[in-house]
Order: sequence, then C-alpha cells, then structure tokens
Amino acid sequence: MEPATERSATVEPRDPMPDGYRRTLVRQIAQHAHSEIIGMQPEGEWIARAPSLRRKAILMAKVQDEAGHGLYLYAAAETLGTPREELLDALHTGRQKYSSIFNYPTLTWADVGAIGWLVDGAAIVNQVPLCRCSYGPYARAMVRICKEESFHQRQGFEILHTLSHGTPAQRAMAQDAVDRFWWPSLMMFGPPDADSPNTAQSMAWGIKRFTNDELRQRFVDIAVPQAAALGLTLPDPELRWNEERGHWDFGTPDFAELAEVVAGRGPCNAERLAHRVRAHEDGAWVREAAAAYAAKRAARTSTQEPAA
Amino acid sequence: MTADFLLGLADDALVTAQRLGWWVSRAPELEEDVALANIGLDQLGQARGLYAVVTDLEGLGRTEDDLAYLRDAPDFRNVLLVERPQTDFAVCVVRMLLLAAWQSEVYAVLAAREGPARGVAAKAVKEVAYHLDHAAQWVLRLGDGTELSHERTQAALDAEWPYLPELLEPAPAAPVDPASLRDAVLGRVRPVLHEATLVVPELPADPPTGGRAGRHTEHLAALLAEMQQVARAHPGATW
Amino acid sequence: MTTRAEWPLWEVFVRARRGMAHVHVGSLHAPDAEMALRNARDVYTRRQEGVSLWVVPAAAVVASTPDLQGAFFEPAGDKDYRHPTHYSVPEGVDHL
Repeated sequence: MEPATERSATVEPRDPMPDGYRRTLVRQIAQHAHSEIIGMQPEGEWIARAPSLRRKAILMAKVQDEAGHGLYLYAAAETLGTPREELLDALHTGRQKYSSIFNYPTLTWADVGAIGWLVDGAAIVNQVPLCRCSYGPYARAMVRICKEESFHQRQGFEILHTLSHGTPAQRAMAQDAVDRFWWPSLMMFGPPDADSPNTAQSMAWGIKRFTNDELRQRFVDIAVPQAAALGLTLPDPELRWNEERGHWDFGTPDFAELAEVVAGRGPCNAERLAHRVRAHEDGAWVREAAAAYAAKRAARTSTQEPAA
Repeated sequence: MTADFLLGLADDALVTAQRLGWWVSRAPELEEDVALANIGLDQLGQARGLYAVVTDLEGLGRTEDDLAYLRDAPDFRNVLLVERPQTDFAVCVVRMLLLAAWQSEVYAVLAAREGPARGVAAKAVKEVAYHLDHAAQWVLRLGDGTELSHERTQAALDAEWPYLPELLEPAPAAPVDPASLRDAVLGRVRPVLHEATLVVPELPADPPTGGRAGRHTEHLAALLAEMQQVARAHPGATW
Repeated sequence: MTTRAEWPLWEVFVRARRGMAHVHVGSLHAPDAEMALRNARDVYTRRQEGVSLWVVPAAAVVASTPDLQGAFFEPAGDKDYRHPTHYSVPEGVDHL
C-alpha cells in the first residue's frame, strides 16, 4: 500500500492509511477537541462576572464558539472510526489529554484578556499550519475554526489594551495576567524538539508542518511587538532582538513544570476534569430521554400512519 | 409607565441571559451548549436593546451598564420566574417555555404598533419564536422520554408553574396589559405540556409575586452580587 | 457508561445564499431529525452562513469506496471529446 501521505495528497476517511497514521491522528484530533471543551471552563466562569454587557456578549459568544470547535473536531475524529462517546470517555477517565494551559486558574477579569491574546494567539500559530494538514476532515475543521477564531484573539487584545490604558488597578491587573500566562503559553507548543520524538514521524505524515520550537519562535516574534503596543512587559529578562538570526531570543520555559501539569499535577487538573465529568453525568438522563423519545416515535410511525 | 414596563422586560431578559450563561460548559451535550448560548445571547441582546430605549426615554444620561451594574436588587423589575436558580435541565426548558410563550405575545404586540420599543420588539419576536420552539422540543422529549425524565419534568413544571401568574398580572396603564395576554400565553403552553404527557397544574389562587415592584426572592441579590462584582470594584473604570 | 443513549450522527448541508446549491459543512449528533435540524441551525449558521439547511442521517449516505476509484472514475479520463477544448475553431468564429 502506498500511503497517500507520501504523495502529499489529502487523505480522506475511506482511503487506506497506515495504522500509526490513524492512531496518531485520532490522538491528536481528540486532544485538540478535548482542549476546546475543557478550555470553555476557565473563561466560562467569567461570563457571569464580565464587567460590561458588551463584554458579556462577546465572552458568551467566544466560549460558545469553543463548544462548536470541539464539536467540529470530534466529528473529524469520528471519521476515523472512533465515536464521540468513546473519545469523551477517554477524556473523562484520563486516558487522553487536553492542552496543559487550561489547568491554570483564571484569577481576575484580566485573565480573560490574557487568554484571548496569548493562549488564543499561540493556538492560532499552532492551528494555521493544520489547515493544510494531510487529513482532509481535520484540515477542513481547522479552516472553519481558524476563520471563526480570528475574533477571539482580537477581543483578548482589546480587553488588555483597555485595561492597560485604564486605572492603575486595571493596569496592574493586566500586567499580572500577562506575567502569569506568558510562560504557560510558550509551553503550549510542547517540549523542545530534542525531546519530541514523535515530531519527525508526524511531519513525514503531513500531520505537522513545523516543529515545536519553530512555532514557539514564530509566536514570540509576533507577541513581542504586540506587548509593546499594549504597554505591558513580558516576564522574560532574556528577551532581546537577535539581529543575526532575525528573531527574538528568549529564555527557556520551565519544561519540568509542563511535564508536571501534563502528568495531571497542575493547579486545576482535578477541578477541570471533575467539572466536565459532572456535566456529562448530569446530562445522562437528558440524552437517554431524547433517545427514548426518538425510539418511541420511530416505533409509532412504523406501525401506523401519523394522524394529519 | 412605558419606561418602567420596558425596564421590566429588559431585566427579565438580562437575568435570563445570566442564568443561561451558567449552562455554557454544563449542558447535556455539546450541541446543547451551543444552543443555550445562542438563546442566552439573544436574551442579552434584547436586554441591551431595551436598556437603550429606557435610558433614552428617561434622558438622565445613564448607560446600559449603569442599569445592569449599578442598580441593587430592589431596583430590578424582573419577574420572580427568571431569577431563581436553574441548574436542572428540566427547569431550564420548562422555564424557557413559559417565558418564551409570554415574550412572544408581548413582543408581538409591541412590534405591531408605533412606540419606542418597536424596533427591538420586531427583532425579538423572531428570536423568541426560536426559543419557544427549542423549549417545546425539549419539553416533549423529556416529558414523553423515560420514566425518570417524565418525573423530573413534571416536578420542574410543578415548581415553575406557580410563577406564571406574575407574568400575567393586570397593568392597565402599561403599553401592553399582561392580563390581556393570558389566553394567548396559555394557548401556547398547554398543548405542548399535554403532548408531553405532563399534568398541567392549577394556577394558584395566591401566587408568588412582587418582582415588578422590586420585591424579589433572595436569589436575585446573590445573582447580582456575582454579576456586578468586577464592575463595582472599579468605580468609574471603562472596560 | 450508557451507550444506548448515544445519539446518531447527522451530516449537515447549508445553502449559503439563494441560487446556490446546498454544500456539506460538517456533522453533528442529535436524537432525531427535528433536533438535528435545530442543532444544525445553532452549530453551523451562527454567523449567517446559510438560508437553508439539510440534515441527513450519516448512516443513510451511500458512498463510493477508494477500491472502486479506478473502475468508477478513470474510464472518463480519455474522453476529452466531451470537453469544448477538444475542438479547434477557425479564427474569427465567435459565439461557438
């Protein structure tokens, strides 16, 4: 079998594909989907407290988009033969992961801004190349997601810009949020290339287009001038422009911390998962009721013509 | 009187949006997270549209955020139906059915005649028609689903129903006298409940009331404390 | 885990504007056709993407398989006389 990946053509669900390719895709798409729906929580908690009605509407629409994006991604994973129910079960039982960033707490309103600007910003850097990934349903979901997410980062930037030009307390809140979210955002790109054994295979398969370190550098290069425009500082004393490389040099994220958070020992891992499991369990009777109603109706219509 | 009446409508919508926002990340299925957020956004949009009309009418230079964030519970004019906790999906959809049936009728009247809220109402009519449909679809499925879902939905109906009369209290001087909508509202609600195999309770002789006069349950103050905390911690700040 | 409550998968098609065909945009889960249609509205037309929707049970879609690709699609490859570019038209002849 000649895998379509080596012809750099798009692979579609019914095409033959190497088992490893299928497994890697399911794992990555599921992790991505899980990240979207777990990611609803840290920001979702602030819908109730958004300090203006305009901000409340924007945030509700944004968190709603994340549910939609999770849904698109679960659908993409389902085309590989794994039902959503199974993927959710893997999330709920800890067999599959989600992005470590959502295990950090949102402590103030400014965190909503920092998540939009930095976390969504990093996500976009990660996601744009995925729009050209080799698996068709994943690539198409990403196109839709990237299009919809273009407002997410802007609203975060706007929140921080307003805060950093507001009262001293607002400004301090904005700086504090950026201080806390900067390093975790850099960790979103994963471990350094030297410690990322799967990268080469994923690149050969066309699932990944750039390495973790390449994407991390791209993000830093984009974020530094934006921080200046916000009038906020980034908490990295090693940050300086490298004329020779044409890139910003930056310090090394604490990858030991990343490993801890990924291993389930981050500040909010237990809460995030518990919230998600509770929602699923609390909704079981509703899903069962709807399925039972549909079954009853199907039985009725198959035995008799419906009354006009 | 017009401003007071519209303020009541706006507060109903804002408090409803606030309660619906809670569901985003907690719905029974992802599709429903998206649906409830859509409905919440519609209600929030209606509140904002109506606050704009109200602040215009009163001419005091207040903004929508002044109304939402700087009033205390006794200044809110929403009905009691919408302010009580709503963390059970059956309560969520039964309440939505009652509220949307009522809103459909009120907005239809406001949209059909000259008046400051005509534009907002014309848009809202279409939105709440969808909310009513969504609620009806769910009440049918839960009422006529499993034994458990039937029980839970009947319990939700029994709990919410006593709060319906407040929506229909006479207010002859208001732009729309809610008492005149009684038959139309019940005419929308009852057939759904019957088809859902639910028992429609009697309307209580002495129903809970007071929201339109600012006499609320203890739940509203708690809801507002959460909603207003950031805005109030930074007086005069812009967001 | 209650597998029997799992809702079936539906494929969603959206007509973006009047005059255009319905195009496949994605899929979703719903307990029945009525809810599928409503979920499709909520999930896939939040940004005014459509004026009409179709939902189709994913299980009802009959698809050609890659095994049949050769037999199905390649025989059409050498029939270029079906295309207008196959024909030469003398210079100066228009509207042909």
